[in-house]
Amino acid sequence: MSPYLRALSAILLREALRFVTQRERFLAALVRPLVWLLVFAAGFRAALGLSITAPYQTYITYEVYIVPGLVAMILLFNAMQSALSLVYDREMGSMRLLLTAPLPRWWLLFCKLLAGVLVSILQAYAFLGIAYLYGIRLPPMGYLWVLPALLVAGLMLGAVGLFLASTIRQLENFAGVMNFVIFPVFFLSTALYPLWRMAESSRLLRDICAWNPFSHAVELIRFALYMRLNTEALGWVALTFAVFLALALWGFDPARGIMTRKTR
Amino acid sequence: MAALDVAGLSFRYGRKEALKGVSFAVQPGEFCALLGPNGAGKSTLFALLTRLFVAKQGRISVMGKDLQQAPRAALAQMGVVFQQMTLDLDLSVARNLAYFGALHGLSRRESAARAQDVLERLDMAERAREKARDLNGGHRRRLEIARALMHRPRLLLLDEPTVGLDARARVSITAHVHALAREDGIAVLWATHLVDEVAADDTVLILHHGEILETGRARDMAPQNGLAAHFMALTEDAAA
Repeated sequence: MSPYLRALSAILLREALRFVTQRERFLAALVRPLVWLLVFAAGFRAALGLSITAPYQTYITYEVYIVPGLVAMILLFNAMQSALSLVYDREMGSMRLLLTAPLPRWWLLFCKLLAGVLVSILQAYAFLGIAYLYGIRLPPMGYLWVLPALLVAGLMLGAVGLFLASTIRQLENFAGVMNFVIFPVFFLSTALYPLWRMAESSRLLRDICAWNPFSHAVELIRFALYMRLNTEALGWVALTFAVFLALALWGFDPARGIMTRKTR
Repeated sequence: MAALDVAGLSFRYGRKEALKGVSFAVQPGEFCALLGPNGAGKSTLFALLTRLFVAKQGRISVMGKDLQQAPRAALAQMGVVFQQMTLDLDLSVARNLAYFGALHGLSRRESAARAQDVLERLDMAERAREKARDLNGGHRRRLEIARALMHRPRLLLLDEPTVGLDARARVSITAHVHALAREDGIAVLWATHLVDEVAADDTVLILHHGEILETGRARDMAPQNGLAAHFMALTEDAAA
């Protein structure tokens, strides 16, 4: 096995072991979308009518509509959690240990990113399982089709988190950033309402939602759950991933100076 | 060939000059104590030596490998113990070592064999299955040293490794690291502000305000007044 793959498997195993030992983190990650599904969506079912829009071929309940958005919410919160743990690791020093390994820094950061995404995919599937038990039935093959969509969307959100981690000086600042990032990103997207619904209330809001990369992640997942590929969403997600990964790698580059200011 | 060769190293944080043309070398088997008061530039020097920062002026080479030109080859020769603990407390001693071994390209079998070796070397073999969280401060530090030795480095860098430890643990750790230099020929750079950790045969570098004020054998540096008094006088003079 090459040193690259050894490092990758070690980082994945470490993240998996941490995940197993931190069961509270797993449960907490599930509670949030479940509250949205079981309380919020159930309450709004009667109030919000949804017309037939792609990828749906029939009328759907509001609970069915928001499932992809809630899956993306799990990825989003996990990405921010991973970013938080990166800032913590940098302050506590274990990030230094990783970065002094004799491998390219981009590879080490990518391994860290991928490990976080794989953990969040496990949580997304656990949520889909509970939603199934609650009565939300998706096409069986959709559960398989959604896997690459979850990976790509997770990588995009993870790259945004990595970039944030490279720019935040101290752990204490992270809570503020979380509020400024997570809530606007989530609410100004197609996670809770389709674009046409947004357009009814505000054209500007609709445009913001349409530009939000998180909306594209949600739509990529939504289409994949119905075994369809939304190429526009995939393109935006891939582009956002590439841009934020490049920015994050720049931020962690020892020669660029950002690390220099952060790690003092 | 020097295990560590530093030439003309300078570094700034904005306008503040943290290191000013620092030059020194550490030979294989040499225990070199980097003495300096808080704020002398020791941690900056360590960040440069481990490539967490990149110096714009000066050159660092490890076993003849230039850290700037061939960072992976240079880092592969280096074991590092940072001032802050960097263990994964939720993992066992053996898992902490295996994780680090894999980061350095060791196979699972090699890693297990070396873990056994380094734990025996540091009298910790019986603790392999314990969680790092359950170890006391001294044993956690020893585990970090064991981990830094997993890939058989030729240079060991330790940044104030005894901070926060009791006297017994400090004596034990300094004795272990001196033995590594003496018996295994590993070059050691040990940063500290505690003069009593320096043995008479050690090489001493005194760093203050980013400059090397003096370098030499501890016994030759201050034969009469003792190293502590000499260090105090030197750094006070420089401050004045």
